[in-house]
Amino acid sequence: MRWRPGDWPEGLRASMPLALPVVAVGVSFGLLAAPLLGAIPSVLMSAVVWSGTAQFAALTILTSGGGTALAAGAGLLANTRFLPMGFAIAPSMTGGKLRRLLKGALLADASFVIGHRGGGQFDISAIAWAAPVQYVGWVLGTVVGVAGATAIGDPSRWGLDVLFPVFYLSLLLPDLFPEHFQGGSGLDPRGPQNLRPIIVAVLAAAITLALTPILPAGVPVLVAAAAALLGLRAPRQPMTQAGDDA
Amino acid sequence: MRTWLLILVLAVGTVLMKTIGPVLAGGRQPPAPLTRVIALTAPALISGLIVAGTFTQGQQLVIDARAVGLAVGAAALWFRAPAAVALLLAAIVCAVLRLIT
Repeated sequence: MRWRPGDWPEGLRASMPLALPVVAVGVSFGLLAAPLLGAIPSVLMSAVVWSGTAQFAALTILTSGGGTALAAGAGLLANTRFLPMGFAIAPSMTGGKLRRLLKGALLADASFVIGHRGGGQFDISAIAWAAPVQYVGWVLGTVVGVAGATAIGDPSRWGLDVLFPVFYLSLLLPDLFPEHFQGGSGLDPRGPQNLRPIIVAVLAAAITLALTPILPAGVPVLVAAAAALLGLRAPRQPMTQAGDDA
Repeated sequence: MRTWLLILVLAVGTVLMKTIGPVLAGGRQPPAPLTRVIALTAPALISGLIVAGTFTQGQQLVIDARAVGLAVGAAALWFRAPAAVALLLAAIVCAVLRLIT
């Protein structure tokens, strides 16, 4: 990494607006995790896992009565999205294996977006420089949340348990309706490829609801992930009419 | 003990998933069907987590203050409120509902 005085790296600049939201979600995690995991493990988890999605997923399973193995399974499944992201940025990377490994470890959701240059090209330096603000914000936010948790006690009394699903929704909606959330014109006709995540999400929700009364807590969510198997079917060409994708 | 194990598994697993592509692929991609399934795993799992976190209480299906909080959060997000604002609104609505019922 190069540091040019007086010339802030692109990724660092682009990630600045993320500082506040990252801290806020970190605070939410700390508030919810501390009563369940304890103060030190909660902060350590944020420091070494550094993934809100995985940490919230594991916590949701633990909160709803599922065991450690289920919680780990949900957390890892939640992060499988990093596999295709890693393969996507790989062709833009230079240097040896160790260098690529270190830079790959710096990847985060927002960094992926910040570093995207279109046409499958990625600015790896921007991705790497987007990491510090997000990492420091996440860990600091968790510390603040953990400190707050001891002050306010039971998170559900304050409506804080609703933070889980709303946080997930903030991740899911841009995935399902990209043109709405990227300020698109809305004129873009929705092709079958865009429709597919919506169908998968609805199917997963239905599976979770249907299995909740008959399976132990935590298991229905893992089974619901199987809805992703719809991806085995090749999508139709983008120009054809959507309709029979379900 | 179990908590430390959970943290370790999540930390190692997350780094593995982030780095497998960069280490292995010099421009190579996993097979297309696998890539599509992996890409759809996140929406599937996240959707399941939303439902589990809102409409379940142990093994029971319930509709309570969380459903209202989620609806408020969803509306805020849909009108492009920042996630922090949506989280705050949802928590306030949920807490107020619990206070008055």
